[in-house]
Amino acid sequence: MNFTATLAIALKALRVNKLRSALTMLGIIIGVAAVIVMIAVGGGARAQVESQIKNLGANLMMVFSASPTFTGARSAAGATHTVSEDDAYAIARELPEYVAGAAPALRGGGQVVAGNSNWSTSFYGVTPDYFDVREWTLAEGRFFDQAEINGAAKVAIIGRTVATNLFGDASPLDEAIRIRTVPLTVIGVLASKGQSPGGSDLDDVILMPITTARNRILGATALAKSRSVGSIQIKIVDGTDSKVAEEKVRELLRQRHRLQAGQDDDFTLRNMTELLQTREESSRVMALLLASVASVSLLVGGIGIMNIMLVSVTERTREIGLRRAVGARARDILQQFLIEAITLSLIGGLVGVLLGTGGAQLIGELAGWPIELSLSATLLAVSFAAVIGIFFGYYPARKAARMSPIEALRHE
Amino acid sequence: MADTLIRVTDLTKDYRLGDTHVLALRGVSLEIERGSFVAVMGPSGSGKSTFMNLLGCLDQPSAGHLWLDGEEVSQLSDDALAALRNRRIGFVFQHFNLLARTSALDNVALPLLYRGLTASERHAKSEQRLHQVGLAERMDHHPAQLSGGQQQRVAIARALVGDPALVLADEPTGALDSRTGIEIMALLQQLNREGITIVLVTHEHDIAAYADRIIQFRDGRVVDDQSNERRDAGADFSALPVLT
Ligand SMILES: Nc1ncnc2c1ncn2[C@@H]1O[C@H](COP(=O)(O)OP(=O)(O)OP(=O)(O)O)[C@@H](O)[C@H]1O
Ligand SMILES: [Mg+2]
Repeated sequence: MNFTATLAIALKALRVNKLRSALTMLGIIIGVAAVIVMIAVGGGARAQVESQIKNLGANLMMVFSASPTFTGARSAAGATHTVSEDDAYAIARELPEYVAGAAPALRGGGQVVAGNSNWSTSFYGVTPDYFDVREWTLAEGRFFDQAEINGAAKVAIIGRTVATNLFGDASPLDEAIRIRTVPLTVIGVLASKGQSPGGSDLDDVILMPITTARNRILGATALAKSRSVGSIQIKIVDGTDSKVAEEKVRELLRQRHRLQAGQDDDFTLRNMTELLQTREESSRVMALLLASVASVSLLVGGIGIMNIMLVSVTERTREIGLRRAVGARARDILQQFLIEAITLSLIGGLVGVLLGTGGAQLIGELAGWPIELSLSATLLAVSFAAVIGIFFGYYPARKAARMSPIEALRHE
Repeated sequence: MADTLIRVTDLTKDYRLGDTHVLALRGVSLEIERGSFVAVMGPSGSGKSTFMNLLGCLDQPSAGHLWLDGEEVSQLSDDALAALRNRRIGFVFQHFNLLARTSALDNVALPLLYRGLTASERHAKSEQRLHQVGLAERMDHHPAQLSGGQQQRVAIARALVGDPALVLADEPTGALDSRTGIEIMALLQQLNREGITIVLVTHEHDIAAYADRIIQFRDGRVVDDQSNERRDAGADFSALPVLT
């Protein structure tokens, strides 16, 4: 018997019991849809974390002064900064196996004015290392150099958000901005990075030479003398275990700050890579949960198919007997029922793909999650549905094929 | 000496159901010539259907032998038996056994499905057979849209579609009124005249009268086997008052 004829018989049998066929497919539909959604959401989350790691700067670690408040205002008061610029240089100098760069940063905030526009933002006083550690690139203009740091030059590089808010579409290059009455010239605009993992706008920032920030804007003499900074941004050497690097930095800083064993750290170390890995881990747990829902659903769907196929074989016993009487071989009957089961599960699988794709997009819209649909996952889900059809359809089909023709014909 | 289509020797069939043991056939030996029209009669439970099922290779005997066209059937594999049923035998059942929700044409074409013919070949042959049984206009009707006599004619067309040598009919008129029964017998006689061997089971002497040999069964044995001067069913049917 040829395949198209068998397929036609299978489709007809499924059409006769439309509602029953639809209900039977439900398990497969839900299972496949769950697989599609799971992979779309999981893939989207992974892609998002990856891009955030890239935005933040790969392998980033940060050291903060221990004080819970290190805002610009408090820093200006000069009270609590425990980490110094020299700590940063020491880290870079003494831990070259672990650290690719260590950049001190002095943070402040306030109103920025350009002409009639003003904008409230944060600014950082940094060294050229900072651009490398945080992987900033320029959309236009240039970075400042060591000479400008030495001279506390009145220059600034602004983020995309600041540029837009102060200058609109016009180029900010060579324009003047004022922070706390100090006029600075814009020499560069940073390439946009988007959001941080915490959801804050990475482009809402102004960078300037660390000396300019300390001496001209924050202007606190105590601070100037101590060379203390709000944070040190550290880039770990690629392929290094961030945990090990973290311990090395901690050890060095404790030594430099002359902390006794048992004494608390007077700084805070935050390992961003690890933070993001934790986030990725939790999205993996979520995906695993969905995967188990999907596999249970597919299993239940498969059992549903087996159940309905067994009912169908019993209901159609006389038909089987008749087909055998007019010349169907056992394997023709096997093939017929197997194709029916596979058709059932494949249609279920395709409906599941449509539903899952639509569902994933809807979830993405509503929850604002990134979605990444994958063709290979779709193909995998559909072929898995077909395998379920074969696996759970085989037993009923074999039962049909093994019936003796005469007993099948005599069946009431 | 006419040519033998069917030969059975000592054909025995017993059914075991738990402790009970039913001897449905107790050693039947006979020959049926090619081209003959045989009626099998006997009381209920005498083994007629059991015998027919063995002739049709739907069931295996407990003992004894069956030759069909000189071929020993008990030696054949399940697949070979299926092929043999497909090519050499046509079945007509008391309750028609048509597939529901399936057109007359597709019902007739069913045996050809297992022959690897293309759809158009299957339909051409089936159409021709439906024409032969007088149902050319009903090809697209489903069984539920046909009368009992029409359904049995579809079933006969299905039995014929594979050009069999032998048609086995177990009480083909059992579910029909006598007028329709005669009509069906006229059709079978016409096929027989074309050379198809027919074996038919019936309870009615009037129906058996259209055969040219009548075999009587009782308790799983042949108790009588006589040739018969067959009546012409076509003539009988024409003589019936016309229904309006
Ligand atoms: N599958 C079976 N299992 C057990 N016993 C059976 C089976 N089929 C038939 N028999 C028994 O075998 C005997 C012969 O049955 P069979 O059907 O051949 O009779 P029959 O002559 O066709 O009767 P009827 O005229 O009522 O159709 C009966 O006693 C019946 O009960
Ligand atoms: Mg019977």
